[in-house]
Amino acid sequence: MSTQVRAAGMVRMVRWERWLHLLLPVLAILASFLVGSLFLWALGVDPVTAYSALVKGAFGNSRLATTTVLKSIPLIFAGLAVTLAYRGGVFNIGAEGQLYLGALFAVWAGTRLDLPFPGHLLVALALGILGGMIWGAIPGYLKATRDMNEIIVTILMNYIAIFTVSYFVHGPLKEEGWNTQTDAVAETARLPALWAGTRLHYGVVLALLCLVLVYVLLFHTTLGYRIRMVGANIHGARYAGIKTTWIMALAMALSGGLAGLAGAVELLGVQYRLIDNFSPGWGFDAIAVALVGRLNPIGVLIAALFFGALRNGANSMQTAVRVDVVVIYILQGLAIVFLIAGSSVDNRIRRWLDAWQA
Amino acid sequence: MDMDAVVGLLHATIRLATPLLFAAIGGLYNERAGVINIALEGKMLLGALVAFMVAFSSGSPWLGVVAAAASGMLVALLFAYVTITLGADQIVAAVAINLMMLGFTGVVFRLMKAAISGSLSAPTFPEWAIPGLDRIPLLGPVLFRHLPLVYLAFLLVPLAHFVFYRTTWGLSIRAVGEHPRAADTLGVKVRAVRYLTVLWGGAMAAVGGAVLSIGHNSTFIENMTAGRGFIAFSAIVFGKWTPLGTMLASLLFGFADALQLRIQAGILEPLFRSLGIQEVAYQIPVMLPYVVTLVALFFIGKSHWPAAAAIHYDREEG
Repeated sequence: MSTQVRAAGMVRMVRWERWLHLLLPVLAILASFLVGSLFLWALGVDPVTAYSALVKGAFGNSRLATTTVLKSIPLIFAGLAVTLAYRGGVFNIGAEGQLYLGALFAVWAGTRLDLPFPGHLLVALALGILGGMIWGAIPGYLKATRDMNEIIVTILMNYIAIFTVSYFVHGPLKEEGWNTQTDAVAETARLPALWAGTRLHYGVVLALLCLVLVYVLLFHTTLGYRIRMVGANIHGARYAGIKTTWIMALAMALSGGLAGLAGAVELLGVQYRLIDNFSPGWGFDAIAVALVGRLNPIGVLIAALFFGALRNGANSMQTAVRVDVVVIYILQGLAIVFLIAGSSVDNRIRRWLDAWQA
Repeated sequence: MDMDAVVGLLHATIRLATPLLFAAIGGLYNERAGVINIALEGKMLLGALVAFMVAFSSGSPWLGVVAAAASGMLVALLFAYVTITLGADQIVAAVAINLMMLGFTGVVFRLMKAAISGSLSAPTFPEWAIPGLDRIPLLGPVLFRHLPLVYLAFLLVPLAHFVFYRTTWGLSIRAVGEHPRAADTLGVKVRAVRYLTVLWGGAMAAVGGAVLSIGHNSTFIENMTAGRGFIAFSAIVFGKWTPLGTMLASLLFGFADALQLRIQAGILEPLFRSLGIQEVAYQIPVMLPYVVTLVALFFIGKSHWPAAAAIHYDREEG
C-alpha cells in the first residue's frame, strides 16, 4: 500500500475512532437500559411504565427539572474528583467519604462561626475543601510512602467517614431537641439563589468554574501534564524524572478537595442541616459519572446531568412501580460493564484492522 | 473480665472471621493466578441474599448455601468474561459488579418484603459440637462448638496450602500469576486457570455471604456485608498471599469485630469506667474493624503482590 493511501486510511480511522469514542458511552447506557428492562420485566414490572415514570420524574415539570439539576451538582464535583485522580493513575473510590468530611467541616463553620455574609460562606466552602482534601490526602500519602493500595484504603475510609459524621450529628454538633441533626447553617454561610424564586443556587456556577479549572489544570499546565503522564505510563513518567508517587498523592489531595466541595455545596446550598446518610451515594455515582464521562470534564458534565436525572427520576419510578431507587446502581454498573467491554472490543477491532491494513 | 467473657470473645472471633475466611481463601486462588478481585463484596452480598431466599422458600439452609455458591459463580463468570476474555480493567469491572449487586439485592429484597406478609425468618444451621473435643476446658467451647460452615471454612485453609504448594495445579496457578507468558510456553492454559480460579473464588465469596445471612442471622439485611468483602480482600494482602497468613488476618479482623460488638453491648463498661471513660458513643466501636484493617495494612508496608496481578494476558500481544 502506498504511503499516501495509508495516510488517508489513517485519517479515516482517526475520525471513526473519535466518533466511536464519543458514541460508546451512549451505546453503553442504551444497552444498560435494555438489560435493565429485561430485569424489570422478570420482576413483573412493565419496563415502559417504569422508564416513562423515570423520565417524567426527572423532567416532568420545572420543579422536577430543577431538582435534577440540584442533584447533578454534587455529581459534577465528585465526578471531577474521580476524573482528576484517575487521570493521575489513582482510582479514588473514596469520594463518598471525602464528601462526608467536606460537609462536616462546612457545617461546623456554618453553625459555629459568626461572620458576615460573603466571608462566612467562603470560609465554610474553604473548610469543606480542606475536609475532603485531608480525607483524600491520607490515602494519597499512604500510597506514596507505604505503597498501600488506594482502593482498599479509600473504601475503608468511607466507612470511617460516615461513622465520624454520625458521631458528630448525634453528639457534638447535634441541635437541641429530639431530632438527630445539626443546627441549620447560618444565613450568612448559605449559597444564595441564582435568582429570586428558584432553588437553584450559586453552587451551579461554582461547579462550572471547577469544571473549567480542572480542564485547564489537566490539559494546559505542566502539573496537569505530569499528572496525565503518571496516569498514562508510570514507568515512562518515572524515567522522565517525575516524582510519580508525589504526583499521585497530590492528585488524590486535589481530588479529595473537589469531593469535599461536593458535600459542602450540598449542605450550604440545599440541605443546610447535616443528618446521618445525607448523601444518597453521590461518591459512588461519581465513579460511573467519571467513567461514562470518559474522564473528560465536558463528558463529566453531561454524565453528571444524566445520572442526576436518573437518581431524581428513579425516586418517582419508585412510587409509580414500586421498584426501589437502588435500581439505578444496576443501571450504572451495567453501563460501566458495557463501556469497558465495548472499549476492549473496540481495541480488538482496531488491532484486526491494523493487521489487515499492514 | 472473667473467663466466660474471654471464651465468648474468642468464640465470636472465630464465628465472625468465618465469612471473611470463605471470601479471602476463595479469593486467594484467583489472586495467585493474577486476577485482582475487589468484587468479593458484591458476590458476598449476592450470596447472602440468594442463600436467604432459597433457605426461606425451601426450608433447607444447605440448599441455600449451594444456591449461593451457584449465584456467586454466575457473577464470577460475567467478571471473568469481561476481564479475562475481553481484557477489561479488573478494578473497574469489579467496581461495576459491586454497584450492580448492591442495586440487585436491594431491589429484589424490597420486592420480596412487600410480597410476603409476616416474618422473613429463614431456617438456619444447628450448631455442631464435636463430641469429645468440645469438652476440653476453654479450647472446647472456643473451637468446637460452631456451625458446620465454620469448620468447613477452616478446613479450606490447609486444603489451599496443600493445593498451592504440593500439587501441579497449585504450581500452574502460581505460575500464571507470576509469569503468564512463561506458563503459557510450558503449556499451562492461562485463561482456563484464571477462569476456574475466578469461578471458585466467586462461589466461596458467596458462601461467605451466606454465612452472614443464614449462619449468623436468619434473615437478609440490605447491604449487610458492609464492606466485609473489602476487608476479606485486605486479609489476603495482609496475609501476604499465603493461606495461613490470610487465615490469621481474617482472625484478626474477626477479633476486631467481636470486640466492637462487645463494646457496643456494654460488656466492657467496667473496664472503661476504671480508665475514666464514662460513655462510648456507638459510632466509635463500629469503626473499629475498618480502623484495625487500615492499621494492619499500614504495618504490612510494601507487600509483594503477584507479579502479573491485574495485568491482562493476551497471547497475541507482545
